[in-house]
Amino acid sequence: MSADVSTNTPSKLEKILRAGHLAVTSECGPPRGSDSAAILKKAEMIKDHVDAINITDNQTSVTRLCSLASCIHLKLAGYEPVLQMVVRDRNRIALQSDLLGAASFDINNVLCLSGDHQAFGDNPQGQNVFDLDSMQLIQTVRLMRDDGKFLGGDEIKRPPRMFVGAAANPFADPFEIRVPRLAKKIAAGAEFIQTQCIYNLDKFKEWMKQARDRGLHEKVFILAGLTPFKSAGMAKYMKNRVPGMDVPDEVVKRMSGVPKEKQPEEGIKICIESIQRLKEVEGVKGFHIMAIEWEEKVPRIVEEAGLYPRPQA
Amino acid sequence: MIVAERKPIEEIIEEAKGFDRILVAGCNECVTVCEAGGKKEVGVLASALRMYFMNQGREVKVDEVTLERQCDHEYLEEIRNIIDNYDAVISLACGVGVQFMAEKYFHKPILPGVNTVFMGATEERGVWSERCQGCGKCILAKTGGICPVSRCAKRLFNGPCGGSSQGKCEISDELPCAWQLIVDRLKELGRLDEYEEIMPIKDWSTDRAGGPRKVVREDVRQ
Repeated sequence: MSADVSTNTPSKLEKILRAGHLAVTSECGPPRGSDSAAILKKAEMIKDHVDAINITDNQTSVTRLCSLASCIHLKLAGYEPVLQMVVRDRNRIALQSDLLGAASFDINNVLCLSGDHQAFGDNPQGQNVFDLDSMQLIQTVRLMRDDGKFLGGDEIKRPPRMFVGAAANPFADPFEIRVPRLAKKIAAGAEFIQTQCIYNLDKFKEWMKQARDRGLHEKVFILAGLTPFKSAGMAKYMKNRVPGMDVPDEVVKRMSGVPKEKQPEEGIKICIESIQRLKEVEGVKGFHIMAIEWEEKVPRIVEEAGLYPRPQA
Repeated sequence: MIVAERKPIEEIIEEAKGFDRILVAGCNECVTVCEAGGKKEVGVLASALRMYFMNQGREVKVDEVTLERQCDHEYLEEIRNIIDNYDAVISLACGVGVQFMAEKYFHKPILPGVNTVFMGATEERGVWSERCQGCGKCILAKTGGICPVSRCAKRLFNGPCGGSSQGKCEISDELPCAWQLIVDRLKELGRLDEYEEIMPIKDWSTDRAGGPRKVVREDVRQ
């Protein structure tokens, strides 16, 4: 990689994207306990095959080891973490404070999210916060980074230097504002996007086309999100039970069409084929592979999708 | 209006069973409209209590009254002459009425007979739904007249989360997605382009977050 690529932050992910490489990220869910070995073990499986590792923030509202501490463990082990932050559980004081905490360990990537509603998790009776929304969290990180200011206006000594990401779900409703919503996130300051899992490639392509028509693909790095199915049951569950997920019938049929013991293999094949097709879509700048509790399969997916070896940054 | 729900009779009995003289006090405003604490519900609760005490072999006096409002001094004063005939009052007013009565009759136990749930509207008889959380800074002009604070489960200000599906919220198929409603209305008004204006970070100091609130109008104050 050339040394003269201009970046806004020391983020390795940013360097790789700005140098024009297809980036590969993945994610690890922290354990439901305090054993840091659990998170490091997952990271070790994928470290040579991805450019950065997202750590989820109490995903599906189930209480887990926190994203920030998990990211610190990764950083200290020499990996490149992406700190996922949801606005569900913390007010603006806690969010800014945690951003500084992450910055103190030179964690250089953040993904700003709303977070699943607590009704899905292990504490449905809990209060939620939503002091900011995800859009406003993006603005907050950019203010802290670019202006070196807190939301309250005071100066930050040694501001965070984070590459700022956001999520996009091309498949949620109402569809007509999905691209405007992307535009809004970019206007708020998002520099990279990781999408919801893509199974309906036609609908994704339509979304990308609308994004390209507005030139948005040149203003933000869009990483296409993928999750391999482990079974036909998982495909059906995602189709019917996970809000905002679009799994076409033919994909479910394909998974169901092979014997149970071969379904994991079929799921991986679908994932690899999808990456290969998505590589052809103008504006896709990389892939975010969310192999849920199946991290050991990420290296194979990356290799067979022709995304290995990873560039050095 | 303020919408309330009747408390389970077991819970009311548990709180009231130690008293010998009980006044059940309804309110003729919101709780009458939402059929939780008006004259009719006062009658139903009083009968149920009488039945309970009779079955227990106890002689307990249970009387009924329904005030025009329990959130005004003027109407609360109407029971001043009779309140000492009772050991406790079960108020079927909203939480405001219960508290205002307790402030006025400081020496008397005032028990709530309803759960106050929200500010909302009557969709149809028997169906009420939330419309306002009293955040103290109304933004309905910007959101097509639909409130994301009270109607979005995550009170998002800048559009639907990724869980909006076929017009419904991710937490329930029964619940409309507020942002679907907002987008539909902005479209109807020919103002969908306004969706892309980023709604600034909200000042929650006028909300519950800023502590108990008070409105003082010097021009109408006596």
